[in-house]
Amino acid sequence: MSGPELKEELAVATPAAPPGAATAVAAGPVPRARGRGEVLYFARRNRKLVAGLAVVAGFLVVAAVGPLLTDHGPNDYVGPPSQPPSADFWFGTTTFGQDVFAQFTHGLRSTFLVGVLGGGLAGLIGMLIGFTAGYRGGVVDEVLNMLTNVVLVIPTLAVLLIVAAYLRVRGVVPEAIFIGLTSWPWVARAVRAQTFSLRTRDFVDLARLSGAGGRAIIVREIAPNMSSYLLMSGILLFGGAVLLAATLDFIGLGPTSGISLGLMMNNAVLWSALQLGMWWWFVPPGLGITAIVGSLYIMNVGLDEVFNPKLRKL
Amino acid sequence: MSPVTLKVDNLQVWYRTLRGDVQALDGVSFTVGDGELVGLAGESGCGKSTLGKSLIRLDGRMRHVGGTVELDGKELPIGDSERMNGFRFKEVSIIPQYAMSAMNPTRRIGRMVAELLESRGVRFEGQLEELLRRLELVGLDPEVLERYPIELSGGMKQRMVMVISTLLNPSLLVADEVTSALDVSNQKAVAEALVDFRDRHYVKSTIIITHDLSLVYQIADSIIVMYAGKLAEKAPTDTLVHAPRHPYTRMLIGALPEVGVRYDTKRLEGIPGSPPSLLDPPKGCRFRDRCPLAFDKCAEEPPFREVAPDHAVACWKAF
Amino acid sequence: MLRLDHVSKSYRVGTFGGRELAAVRDVSLEVAPGEVVSLIGESGSGKSTIGRMILRLTSVTSGSITFDGTDIAGLAGSRLRGYYGNVQGVFQDPFSCYNPIFKADRALELLRQPYFPDLDGRRWRAKLERSLEAVRLDPGQVLGKYPHQLSGGQLQRMLVARALLLDIRLLVADEIISMLDASTRIDVLNLLGDLKARGLGIVFITHDLSLGNYISDTAVILHRGEVVETGPTGQVFDQPRHPYTRSLLASVPQLHRKWERNGHPVRQPAGEGD
Repeated sequence: MSGPELKEELAVATPAAPPGAATAVAAGPVPRARGRGEVLYFARRNRKLVAGLAVVAGFLVVAAVGPLLTDHGPNDYVGPPSQPPSADFWFGTTTFGQDVFAQFTHGLRSTFLVGVLGGGLAGLIGMLIGFTAGYRGGVVDEVLNMLTNVVLVIPTLAVLLIVAAYLRVRGVVPEAIFIGLTSWPWVARAVRAQTFSLRTRDFVDLARLSGAGGRAIIVREIAPNMSSYLLMSGILLFGGAVLLAATLDFIGLGPTSGISLGLMMNNAVLWSALQLGMWWWFVPPGLGITAIVGSLYIMNVGLDEVFNPKLRKL
Repeated sequence: MSPVTLKVDNLQVWYRTLRGDVQALDGVSFTVGDGELVGLAGESGCGKSTLGKSLIRLDGRMRHVGGTVELDGKELPIGDSERMNGFRFKEVSIIPQYAMSAMNPTRRIGRMVAELLESRGVRFEGQLEELLRRLELVGLDPEVLERYPIELSGGMKQRMVMVISTLLNPSLLVADEVTSALDVSNQKAVAEALVDFRDRHYVKSTIIITHDLSLVYQIADSIIVMYAGKLAEKAPTDTLVHAPRHPYTRMLIGALPEVGVRYDTKRLEGIPGSPPSLLDPPKGCRFRDRCPLAFDKCAEEPPFREVAPDHAVACWKAF
Repeated sequence: MLRLDHVSKSYRVGTFGGRELAAVRDVSLEVAPGEVVSLIGESGSGKSTIGRMILRLTSVTSGSITFDGTDIAGLAGSRLRGYYGNVQGVFQDPFSCYNPIFKADRALELLRQPYFPDLDGRRWRAKLERSLEAVRLDPGQVLGKYPHQLSGGQLQRMLVARALLLDIRLLVADEIISMLDASTRIDVLNLLGDLKARGLGIVFITHDLSLGNYISDTAVILHRGEVVETGPTGQVFDQPRHPYTRSLLASVPQLHRKWERNGHPVRQPAGEGD
């Protein structure tokens, strides 16, 4: 509570105070416990969440089913070069006669893989460090906090350049692991802060008086109270990993084997698809990444509205 | 009787919630005389804070359903936040429940006061002398104006907010649970300051909202007891405490342990049951289910009626 | 039974932990079975810290706390669990004692696995109901509800019921009624009185002197972490020796006794004022 609240509370606000400006201040404690039913009710009615989810799910289906529709690999030379979309090659072919549709669907797979693996790993490390630091406090917290800050300021690209120089063959999985290992700090910080405030709550003390140990208290008492927050962090991490992977691929630090949406764009630029007017080569991957990441962020805003009663529209 | 500052007539204020309207304030009528210090007591959820807020600012979920409020003979437009701005601070002021955390932590207190006054079209310089005099009265050093709110203790902040909110001599001051978060010694100082402000005519009349009957017994001229959105009893302080007529008031007073009363010698009893939900309040007397004296007539709603001069009760057994 | 021997607690504060802040200084006291000891003081008096140290939620800086002769500082694992089987606490804010996303009876359910792993569902349920009835709650009314569906008084009594599931011998009650309404307050106090009659020792922590007086045998007045006065409750309240106790008593608002200022009552009785 800060800012203009005194004015609001003392009811001496400037004459131009918008009606309802005091709502958030005076709304009083909102009962934190909400039934699952209520969350679902608001989730289903939230257009942002539903639309975002639909787009991501659509791409997931394409990634799952798409590769089954073609009988050749994404990098096989299967057709005439530089063909625009046709009945045979839905998304056209590359300068080398590779099927862009096959590349796109396989690329989607690796995009989701990077998102799940990289985002998941980052979430796991972030929660582990955040919960431990926040719950233990003291020296443990100071050490872990220092580690978090160090990783936070490491320039990811510089490290990757060095790694790329040593690793001749790089795949999608190592890339995902690398992303996971570098993008956890903000999760750790946020989880730590939340844990700090939750661990002083009386119900945590009561769990201790019931003979529960540290791990049980974190898993059973603290984490469930942050579940909405953790879910939203997971979505952001997923989107962040996808975007980071695309960036790395695009500038040529991506996997040397396999295919990804970023790699497709990298190749398209490398072989002057833009200048040659081969729009079918770079538009699908570009659109795919934009749509997936954008939908994830919109989903996040929608989730925020679902979980945060103050943002709900009645 | 002395002239009337505040006249509340059949006031109804409801809260909108997901599950329907909570009838937090349902037909409340009373008057506050010039120079009168009224204690408004009741348990949590009885509507006492809603009543206090209604006189100043309805928050977004509150709806003015009916009834009128007159201050110094003029009707307060309580349902219209814009028009209420002309009255707030100048005519009617509130010391909110969480006043202590309501001060902007990034402003020096003096600057904050200046901004507040100027937003009301009042020059700070013209008020400075009066401000310093009042600070001294509540035992604050003038030097606090140079400090930030976090540098003040809870009791100091509470007194500071009191001085600020009464600086323009409003007709009515509403003090909402101002002492409940304070230690006993600070509590006494703040309560005494409320009396001083009235005695020096800084405010004409004061309503003190509290859950603590023994506190208002020390300072109030009369006490109103609320139950479940309605007034149960209003009487001069000594009458209300020593000769209450409403069974709820009696039981409430009977449940207060005093220094000297001990469990083994005099076992006090609470009031069984709990207040009714105001989402769909029962017909008739709302205390009926918990009342040991309830009889058939209680299915009808008792009027809030005077049984003696200045002593009004809403109970069929008291008439 | 419980004994505090020259117990102190200090915190390191400041940027590099350079300064020490003493929250509790050299406090000694004893609690016998069936005895209610009230720790009375204003905020910052260290009364809650003492309660937390007894419950092992805060460590002791110096001095010792012993229960039946065993120093509780060294307890861990199953021995700590055993200690909590004897000593339990109830806190000020009944709403924050329940994890808001779970049903309220989970607070009681938590005790089942560590303390009663052998009880089958039916016998556990019977035990739950017995302890709820002991605090005069209707099991049908409170079981299966979320915390926000219950009143503060019900939640607080449920926490006492939780402590009674175990065969405890000492209860630390930290401001347990200050957030309750007057009409339910006294019921919780009476409940503590009944438990005391059954031999339970109680550490009753409060800032409210009238509450401290109602059920306690021994009063301990604390000021800035130190004991300023201690003795049988009646004696401390009737003939306070320490000036701090006296000023505290004079500031408590009470019905039937008016505040005075410079020899005059603060409130002028009707008809005599101006």
